[in-house]
Amino acid sequence: MVITESIISDRQSTDLMLQVSNLNVYYGESHILRNVDLSIPAGQMVCLIGRNGVGKTTLLKTIMGLLSPRTGNIFFGDRSITKLTPDRRAKSGIGYVPQGREIIPRVSVKDNLILGLEAKPEGRKSQESIPEEIFELFPVLKTMLSRMGGDLSGGQQQQLAIARALMGKPRLLVLDEPTEGIQPSIILEIEAAVKRIIAETGISVLLVEQHLHFVRQADRYYAMQKGGIVASGSTAELTQEVIQQFLAV
Amino acid sequence: MSTLIEGLFNGISIGSVLLIAALGLAIVFGLMGVINLAHGELMMLGAYATFVVQNVFKPLGEPWFSFYIIAAIPVAFIVSAIFGLILERGAIRFLYGRPLETLLATWGVSLILQQFVRSVNWLLIICLGIFCLLFFGGMQLLKSRADWESMRTKIVSLLLPLAAGVAIAFYFLLSQNSALTNAWFSARNVDVTAPAWLRGGVEVLGFQMPYARLFIIALTILCLMGVYWFLQRSAWGLRIRSVTQNRTMSSCLGIPTAKVDALTFALGSGLAGIAGCAVSLLGSVGPNTGQNYIIDTFMVVVVGGVGNLLGAVIAALGIGILNYLIGSGTLALFLTTISAPQSMIDFFLFFATSSMAKVMVFALIIIFLQIKPAGLFPQKGRTAEL
Ligand SMILES: Nc1ncnc2c1ncn2[C@@H]1O[C@H](COP(=O)(O)OP(=O)(O)O)[C@@H](O)[C@H]1O
Ligand SMILES: [Mg+2]
Repeated sequence: MVITESIISDRQSTDLMLQVSNLNVYYGESHILRNVDLSIPAGQMVCLIGRNGVGKTTLLKTIMGLLSPRTGNIFFGDRSITKLTPDRRAKSGIGYVPQGREIIPRVSVKDNLILGLEAKPEGRKSQESIPEEIFELFPVLKTMLSRMGGDLSGGQQQQLAIARALMGKPRLLVLDEPTEGIQPSIILEIEAAVKRIIAETGISVLLVEQHLHFVRQADRYYAMQKGGIVASGSTAELTQEVIQQFLAV
Repeated sequence: MSTLIEGLFNGISIGSVLLIAALGLAIVFGLMGVINLAHGELMMLGAYATFVVQNVFKPLGEPWFSFYIIAAIPVAFIVSAIFGLILERGAIRFLYGRPLETLLATWGVSLILQQFVRSVNWLLIICLGIFCLLFFGGMQLLKSRADWESMRTKIVSLLLPLAAGVAIAFYFLLSQNSALTNAWFSARNVDVTAPAWLRGGVEVLGFQMPYARLFIIALTILCLMGVYWFLQRSAWGLRIRSVTQNRTMSSCLGIPTAKVDALTFALGSGLAGIAGCAVSLLGSVGPNTGQNYIIDTFMVVVVGGVGNLLGAVIAALGIGILNYLIGSGTLALFLTTISAPQSMIDFFLFFATSSMAKVMVFALIIIFLQIKPAGLFPQKGRTAEL
């Protein structure tokens, strides 16, 4: 009892959407994440940068509950989600757009979107429709509702993955390299959509990204190296030096 | 000629039973990668459930007794589904991702279920009830304690022998009472008699099509349509398809995968129960009934290609028909009538018993799998399509 109280009192401000503290994660015996601390203020966009293989995806998977940390705590809003299963975390308001998009392949685009409703806390009603805002953000999806998810192009799948995450009306959107392997014109579309989502819903965002242009949209950045956070600050102060060191430009 | 058609028809009706059972097996395998060796015993439970329903309806007299088989279908489904659910919650969910252990565990369960129907009596049920009441009731009561997590192993190791002890004590206390110790079914086979409207048949092209077999075929078509509708149209069906195709992402979307697993396992087991209900119309029912069908059911899944509805239909009908045509000697007889070479007739006569027919079908399947290792309709990639 004493321990949990002290943890709660340690967290000074309650307007943090997500707080990760002292996270250590292993794949088998290899130590991937080392004492990671990271927090996302409510309504802000935070960007995590770092070269390939430093552990960014591992951190996001741990936040979603796909990997369990050996030590450390994850707070979402004002409660600890460290012990929850991924589906409970999604239901508590985290929308996840994974690296590689992970569209359900042999299910139609419409059903992929409907599956996004599973994350609503009250669950999914049987006859729900897709809100018009989704198509305003991603018009291309409207023409493809009956296609199989696996038949879409990479850019379309990425848009579908973001739209699917938004269907559950999350409070935190977690995006893992949403522009990886996507043609430049679509990258701009995706960037604009994310910007618009933030402006319209006030959602908090955790973004892993390699494109400097996109990184600059964020309020704050964290830089990762060899599984640890080595620098952080406001993106306005993002120096050329840091960029050289942590972004594969 | 008419014997050949008759053989085809009988083969199709046996294939239908295989198909219902294989559907359940394939759905479960596609979703969880679990090979359930107790599937045959779940069929057997469905058949016994049909027998019990028949006996319950018998004293009700005529207009009612005719329809017992209609009532038996949902009862068989529910009984097998409940046993399947207990099996999943009690054992299989702890073994996900460990196929060999799962295979062993479900095989053990199949032996337990066979012995269970041999020796089940009121006394056994009462003692099982007492044990469950004490053990699970006690667990529920103690769960509210604050230090539950840390005390868990201690409580279990105390409660388990205690509950078992009380249950066993009751067993010996009551074992003098012969009304309680009479076995319900005993080890001998029991017979389900088809209601009057399923006896007899229609005459088509000079041979009798038994109503009972037509009923089984109709039941199979209904089950197929029902499963298709459930998977393609219902909310839980969409969840099941999603988890089958991408388990981790499904859980990140908020789908409770443990619930989906349990539900799917119950559905697959329930289908085995319906298959058992159909089996009871084909012949007498015993503790080994499941064993007779399980191998053929596996063959259907393997030949059809895992998780493929159309493949399963074709494979089930093919295996059912081949088994019957060869095993009953129909093929040999047919060859005689068209005066085929004597050596060929002798060859098929040699295989014209039901066990030798199985040998031949098995050999054919092995040859087939050499040519198409992934079954009739191989899946592209890792995903299973239903
Ligand atoms: N499934 C896995 N098993 C073992 N090691 C892994 C696995 N996935 C990733 N890793 C290792 O963890 C490290 C971090 O990977 P990842 O988090 O994917 O990096 P990033 O997303 O920053 O490119 C890498 O060294 C990688 O080799
Ligand atoms: Mg990555």
